[in-house]
Amino acid sequence: MSAAPPETDGPDEGSGGGSDPGPEPGRVVLDARDIDRALTRISHEILERNKGSEGLLLLGIPTRGVHLAQRVAAIMSRVEDVDVPVGSLDVTMYRDDLRLRPARALMHTDIPTQGLDGRTVVLVDDVLFSGRTIRAALDAMNDIGRPEAVQLAVLVDRGHRQLPIRADFVGKNLPTSLVEKVAVRLQESDGHDGVTIR
Amino acid sequence: MRRHLLSAGDLTRDDAQLVLDTAEEMRSLADRPIKKLPALRGRTVVNLFFEDSTRTRISFEAAAKRLSADVINFSAKGSSLSKGESLKDTALTLEAMGADAVVCRHWASGAPHLLAHAGWSRSSVVNAGDGTHEHPTQALLDAFTMTRHLGPLDGRRVAIVGDVLHSRVARSNALLLRTLGAEVTLVAPPTLLPLGIEGWGVETSYDLDAVLPKADVVMMLRVQRERMNAAFFPSVREYSRRYGLDARRMATLQDHAIVMHPGPMIRGMEITADVADSDRSVIVEQVTNGVAVRMAVLYLLLGGSEAAIGGAEDRPSGGGEA
Amino acid sequence: MSPQTSTYVVRGARVLGGEPTDLVLRDGVVAEVGPGLSAAGAEVVDAEGLVALPGLVDLHTHLREPGREDAETVETGTRAAAMGGFTAVHAMANTAPVADTAGVVEQVWRLGTEAGYCDVQPVGAVTVGLGGERLAELGAMADSAARVRVFSDDGHCVADPVLMRRALEYVKAFDGVVAQHAQEPRLTEGAQMNEGELSGRLGLQGWPAVAEEAIIARDCLLTAHVGSRLHVCHVSTAGSVEIVRWAKSKGWDVTAEACPHHLLLTDELAATYDPIYKVNPPLRSASDVEALRAGLADGTIDIVATDHAPHPHEDKDCEWPAAAFGMLGLETALSIVQQTIVDTGALDWTGVAERMSYAPARIGRLAGHGRPIEVGEPANVVLYDAATTRVVDPADTASLSRNTPYAGRELPGRVVATFLRGRATVLDGKLT
Repeated sequence: MSAAPPETDGPDEGSGGGSDPGPEPGRVVLDARDIDRALTRISHEILERNKGSEGLLLLGIPTRGVHLAQRVAAIMSRVEDVDVPVGSLDVTMYRDDLRLRPARALMHTDIPTQGLDGRTVVLVDDVLFSGRTIRAALDAMNDIGRPEAVQLAVLVDRGHRQLPIRADFVGKNLPTSLVEKVAVRLQESDGHDGVTIR
Repeated sequence: MRRHLLSAGDLTRDDAQLVLDTAEEMRSLADRPIKKLPALRGRTVVNLFFEDSTRTRISFEAAAKRLSADVINFSAKGSSLSKGESLKDTALTLEAMGADAVVCRHWASGAPHLLAHAGWSRSSVVNAGDGTHEHPTQALLDAFTMTRHLGPLDGRRVAIVGDVLHSRVARSNALLLRTLGAEVTLVAPPTLLPLGIEGWGVETSYDLDAVLPKADVVMMLRVQRERMNAAFFPSVREYSRRYGLDARRMATLQDHAIVMHPGPMIRGMEITADVADSDRSVIVEQVTNGVAVRMAVLYLLLGGSEAAIGGAEDRPSGGGEA
Repeated sequence: MSPQTSTYVVRGARVLGGEPTDLVLRDGVVAEVGPGLSAAGAEVVDAEGLVALPGLVDLHTHLREPGREDAETVETGTRAAAMGGFTAVHAMANTAPVADTAGVVEQVWRLGTEAGYCDVQPVGAVTVGLGGERLAELGAMADSAARVRVFSDDGHCVADPVLMRRALEYVKAFDGVVAQHAQEPRLTEGAQMNEGELSGRLGLQGWPAVAEEAIIARDCLLTAHVGSRLHVCHVSTAGSVEIVRWAKSKGWDVTAEACPHHLLLTDELAATYDPIYKVNPPLRSASDVEALRAGLADGTIDIVATDHAPHPHEDKDCEWPAAAFGMLGLETALSIVQQTIVDTGALDWTGVAERMSYAPARIGRLAGHGRPIEVGEPANVVLYDAATTRVVDPADTASLSRNTPYAGRELPGRVVATFLRGRATVLDGKLT
């Protein structure tokens, strides 16, 4: 018997499952071009806010947060010719709902060799919803090192926060009702780019 | 649902792969400043050892502690001759303590099975070696170590050499490696191969020299001297000459082949010191990997509301009627 | 139980499964057999549809008294025997003290007489203390009030070939028989279950068939050589059946028994690691079971004997290697025989009477048992309802112990009544 399917986003982040590669039913709110534009803007904002890339580290939350972090790093490299390290941070074991669901497979954690100490870490995730995934990420980071500062970048902020957490960089604010599902699809994991809501 | 890890045969290929993947993540913990994860906070893991095995006990203890579990070590004296406190009474005691998992090492084959199925306790049971039966976490750590060196095990040739008859390591490895697609050859004098081994789905050989050149992995098993007294082989010298791994034999291995041993080794018996200490030997690494693999097993059994791996609750119905 | 004998009219019983008839049991004997019988002042037993069999005789019972009264006593064991349809049991010698003297066998015999549920015929030990070294006083036991004719070290094998030869010779003086527990000791040191693929997989030390067969072959040859009489206890392998068949074909005086559990259960059950299935000799393979059934059907195996082996709970509620060998059998034997031999068409009820009453009494030289249900014969009769079924509940037993391997199993048949010399020990399925 296998574990529950890996949660690419927090179960509370409502981005839907990850098994259906085809076009999502529902309303498209961001297409490939929109996503690209949003990420480009976020990249600029991060560099602007931090006055360059010095000491920056992008830490994606698997799975799609890691792809987004890699894209942001690529954009930074293209536009500013800087090399920002990218890592991934699995938060499974830090989730507050760990015991509420069957034991889950772990995702990959990969901390760049420079480590977190003294760096400005930008957490990257696809959807910000309740904020619980980000809380878990902050706890997970706590066991790995002591960053100088932590910032948060998300592609979509759909509201409905349950914790005092807000994003520093947002691709798109997307007012939703609790029953709606937001699905982020990326080329790297799903074969195409797009954000839908239904 | 409560689950157990009693036999390597309990694991499907997906289960086994999940353990190995999880262990890979757990292993990276060793490189971090804080070697602790919160996954089993508030869970109680009991190491119940009816047979001394310091190395297995501390490996499980380190694994449980790194996952933030509370660990209770319980060494129960007793042997087949002097029964001591009964397994049942011990199980009832642990149940009263609220153990979430019992890691059980026992001189009697099947004791962990009994612990899991006799209705004495509600804990998950992990077999940490029972009699001459199985030692599933050893097989998992062996497979993990092989995978790290060789990649996926499909079609890989593994030679397991020595006292197969009395070896729980051999049994568990034969089951698990088959599940993972490896080709296993058990090499031993005929006296140390169990009857009916044809049904295990593995190859057997009496000739170590014929097997070595094709092997990707050579796993040497411990051979106790006292077996000699029971006429399993005539002398230590003859055993070493026919089935021991020395430098001459090691030279016949392929370049990428690795040498393993579950420990404790008897240098000069089944393996010479220069082989054990050579570059090909991954024996020390096996110990390191043991902690990661046991973390993975404990996490997957206890980390969620229900286990992701392992054999189910119910007693196997087993035919038994002609 | 009432000490005085009363008269019973049994109505409509099918003697050995034949046409319904009436029986009058009076003064300890079968007084009348025929249709439409009645007797003044008699208690009438409605046996419509029931099979009447001669009182069963067990050649292999462990009553545990003296010494292990926590497992069974003569009283509780004979109650279980009566519930199973037995009117006589042979009590094995492995008690504490061992039944190796006239004194101990007389004690057991007297306890049986006092209990009154069935006759208890003590078996004498072959060697002192079952030690396998010196002959016990076989003659004294034979001459005692217990009139011992069956000698066995059961639980242990008389492994020494010289000692076995002498025992076989010596018992000729009083028409005794040596009942051998065939188990080569060196081949079975530490053995836990049938040796085969499963024992290898389970890591339980194997018990090779050859350990049984080699002793049986040797003892058959010894028996022929000295012209004595051998009985082979609990034959469990196909090879053993072959050897006994061969010995019989030579005209040698060899008899053999099979146990109900060996006719039904296989070594696959060891995979549960539940020691309720641990028994000596061990449960064997399905092909062994088939061979035993065939041997029983063709007469190679003369009798069914229970090897009823009670053990207290704690001796079974533990790790397999630490657990005691043995299982209960008296109360389920007839049902297992029905399921495995009768319902399969291998034997009819006449055959069952032969295997479970006539032959065991004959082998044990037991007078007054194993007689046909005919006028003038001792009124030892079982009424058995072969048409019913029951689910075995370990708590529902007359034995002191609970170690039945059939818990939760549905078995055919039920003993409705047992008469010992015309007195009901069981009536309406209950002890009187």
